[in-house]
Amino acid sequence: MKLDEFFVTGDPLILGSQIAIGLTMVGLVVLITYLKKWKWLWNEWFTTVDHKKIGIMYIIAGVLMFFRGGVDGLMMKAQTSRPNMEFLDAQHYDEVFTTHGVVMILFMAMPMLIGIINVVMPLQIGARDVAFPKLNALSFWTFFVGAMLFNISFVIGGSPDAGWTSYFPLAGKEFSPDVGNNYYAIALQIAGIGTLASGINFIVTILKMRAPGMKLLKMPMFTWTTLVTSVLIVAAFPILTVALALMTLDRIFGAHFFTVAAGGDPMLWLNLFWLWGHPEVYIVVLPAFGMFSEVIATFSRKNLFGYVTMVVSIVAIAFLSMLVWVHHFYTMGNSAAVNSVFSITTMMIAIPTGVKIFNWLFTMRKGRIQFSNAMLWALAFIPCFTIGGVTGVMLAMAAADYQYHNTMFLVAHFHYVLIPGVVFAVFAGLYYWWPKMFGFKLNEKIGKWHFWLFVIGFNLTFMPMFFVGLDGMSRRMYTYSESTGWGAWLGVSAVGGLILAAGFAALVYNIYWSFRYASRDIGGDPWDARTLEWATASPVQEYNFAVIPEVTDHDEFWKMKKEGRNTLKKEDVKDIHMPSNSGIPIIFSVAIGIVGFFLVFEWNTLAAIFSVGIIAGLIANSFDYDDGYHIPAKKVWETERKWRGDL
Amino acid sequence: MKRVRSMMKLFILFVATLALTACEPLTVFDPQGPVARNLTDLIIFSIIFMAIIVITVFILFGVIVWKYRERKDNKDYEPPYEEGSKALEITWFLIPVVIVIALTIPTVITISDVENVPEGYEDQEPLVVHVTSADWKWIFSYPEQDIETVNYMNIPANRPIHFKMTSAGTMQSFWIPSLGGQKYTMANMQTQLYLVADREGEYIGRNTNFNGEGYAHMDFEVVAQSTKDFNEWVEEVKNTADELTEEQYEEILAPTVIGRETYNGTHLQWIDHAHGGSEKYLNPEAYDGHLENKQPDNDSVTDNESEDKE
Repeated sequence: MKLDEFFVTGDPLILGSQIAIGLTMVGLVVLITYLKKWKWLWNEWFTTVDHKKIGIMYIIAGVLMFFRGGVDGLMMKAQTSRPNMEFLDAQHYDEVFTTHGVVMILFMAMPMLIGIINVVMPLQIGARDVAFPKLNALSFWTFFVGAMLFNISFVIGGSPDAGWTSYFPLAGKEFSPDVGNNYYAIALQIAGIGTLASGINFIVTILKMRAPGMKLLKMPMFTWTTLVTSVLIVAAFPILTVALALMTLDRIFGAHFFTVAAGGDPMLWLNLFWLWGHPEVYIVVLPAFGMFSEVIATFSRKNLFGYVTMVVSIVAIAFLSMLVWVHHFYTMGNSAAVNSVFSITTMMIAIPTGVKIFNWLFTMRKGRIQFSNAMLWALAFIPCFTIGGVTGVMLAMAAADYQYHNTMFLVAHFHYVLIPGVVFAVFAGLYYWWPKMFGFKLNEKIGKWHFWLFVIGFNLTFMPMFFVGLDGMSRRMYTYSESTGWGAWLGVSAVGGLILAAGFAALVYNIYWSFRYASRDIGGDPWDARTLEWATASPVQEYNFAVIPEVTDHDEFWKMKKEGRNTLKKEDVKDIHMPSNSGIPIIFSVAIGIVGFFLVFEWNTLAAIFSVGIIAGLIANSFDYDDGYHIPAKKVWETERKWRGDL
Repeated sequence: MKRVRSMMKLFILFVATLALTACEPLTVFDPQGPVARNLTDLIIFSIIFMAIIVITVFILFGVIVWKYRERKDNKDYEPPYEEGSKALEITWFLIPVVIVIALTIPTVITISDVENVPEGYEDQEPLVVHVTSADWKWIFSYPEQDIETVNYMNIPANRPIHFKMTSAGTMQSFWIPSLGGQKYTMANMQTQLYLVADREGEYIGRNTNFNGEGYAHMDFEVVAQSTKDFNEWVEEVKNTADELTEEQYEEILAPTVIGRETYNGTHLQWIDHAHGGSEKYLNPEAYDGHLENKQPDNDSVTDNESEDKE
């Protein structure tokens, strides 16, 4: 391979990013060295096994990826803002919409949610960490390495360009001989390992480590959605693993699972992809539902309406989500009977989802609604998501779908589901749990700017897409002629995109402003909230709870406050056993990343040699006898006194 | 209320844009044949239900948020503990069930309907057209007439057309929104579709399934004409068009964006991509590098059209 094929060349946009990426990396290294922070980074962050710090790292990665995916989105909006635009060529546009999809779903939505789960869920169940802290670190680092490997494709070798769904035969060697789609196969595989491990970790944590008295039906709603999502992850992600492994065999080792030649079957890829892909939608949406449940209850100052029904609904949604994958390809020539069955299962999902919407509405009824930033996001979610939901039912009707399939109508629909359903939830969750993570609140005033710009921008961007879709515009078109009459719609949509971006900028500014100026004196419970995570300090002590609480209710902390049980006795405080930091997860993940990089370029010998690093990591881990350490009771008592005031 | 006002503003903006741009209705709401009309009816039926749901939720949402907002005078109001309500929850469980049933019945009927020759046209012998999609063009073969066209298709109006569809390589989706719904075209596979145009006219067809660099240019024109005009056109093609050779066909299959072409004879004499053998014509090397280097000019149908209008 020649050097000019190795680095992507010839496009000023890409050249600009290459220089920007290079300068940023040099800048970071210089800055960290200048501040002498390398040791601190390694000891406090890179080797940490603390679920809260891992959660924060997930969220930082998610915000960075949100920026990258958002820039991709803006580039697409710019290119289609006018007919016959010449901002991006076809190839570049194809790469941009592919990476936009992959980055937003797998490297933005997933880490944001897993990050918030990591921070909050162990606190909600009164645990001191997740069940397997070191595995948790490994989950993060494999995810991060996978994400980085995927991102360097932009400047080294070329990005994948077959869509985030990567349909065969297009994604095969026959039609896409470049390395771009190798990145897709390998990077997603590496990140997927981390997600699967997270799923297992969360299930064990929730089933085995709940505080005494917390029966399953006394768990906070966010913990419930985490449990159900984790079960879905364990059920669905292995399918992706298999599909990507077959893809790798096809592309790198010349197999014929999905090819046109030699009896391959591209339809198999579609089935495998969506068998994972549809549950994946619910994997990201369910924890979001959990966040809204917590936020709405807290800021309506009321318990969740119909708790048991809510639990049954999420279980029903999760169950049905495994039975609807065919609705992504009604038009593949299935029999009328098959399409009818999948139409019905798909529409059935609307039933438990509708029940949830009404239960949220009735949680607010008779409440006292405070329009804090977190609550605003939860409120905006309801009408916006309803539009996404009803258009989803329209798409579920197979016959009608023949007119919507693969059009901008579909694109509008899933953005109306995923942005209110996931992004609004992540924002609500960030504003809500920010004090737990960092010990200060985000600014409410700047937050309002963030909220209004983002919500208005969102509607303006995606509402016109419903109409161009019905006017016959298919998705993923990099250009169109003036005679189509789509120019005005897409022009409005592009303006919306800019407003959306301004909203995101307001969030970034809010984080900066609050970090510098916000009050640090907020106590452990700034929102007068209801669940156990608020019984800790802000930011949370490394051991979470000095004494594991006894649980009697799903709004346990609320009850504690009412009954005045929120106090600590010195004789109850004992030594606390903590897990030690470990460098194995990060080193092991980097080794996987290096092997992955060689595989992308099909340098198989090098990949085989460096695989030794992975095996060495596994062996090293087997001989790691570190049993953790203890925080003495005295020190715990000191820490508690400090944040609780005089005890 | 701020939210409601901003939403209303948004709505008005959309209506204004709609009025400015679309003097003619959106394509899907302007069906030109019985199959498309069937689908449009189903879509409008569903939109009515969805509108009712959206309005109900929005009103309920607006009223609750307004009524129970925190005010200066209710700061010490302590909201009651509410377990839930069996009666209410059963109600909003049953209403969606009823709506889903109401939508399921016409959906299932329409799914079966569109798989067959549309009602009222059963007594006519359908015209068979073989559709072969390739990167990045549409090839239409008329086996009875023994002619082949690229990127456009003439059909008789008021006669059912039986499309037998396949692909020479990547997966595409054949869609003429004015006439009916879409279906995938896949190599080594045959999918079928029945469409009727009940008016003479020109309609745009598209590929909706992304298949690489030339995808955006993969559209074609369908001209529905009277039987007499159609027969004359066939006659004219037979008299004037070149004979299709296998060499020429291989050239058509190369990954390029090309204009319209017309031939005597069909490629079905050498290969029907529905039954295997497509790999013989595939050339991965042709996909190396960028389209613009391989491409003299792009003249897809919509581009031509815009030139016409200008």
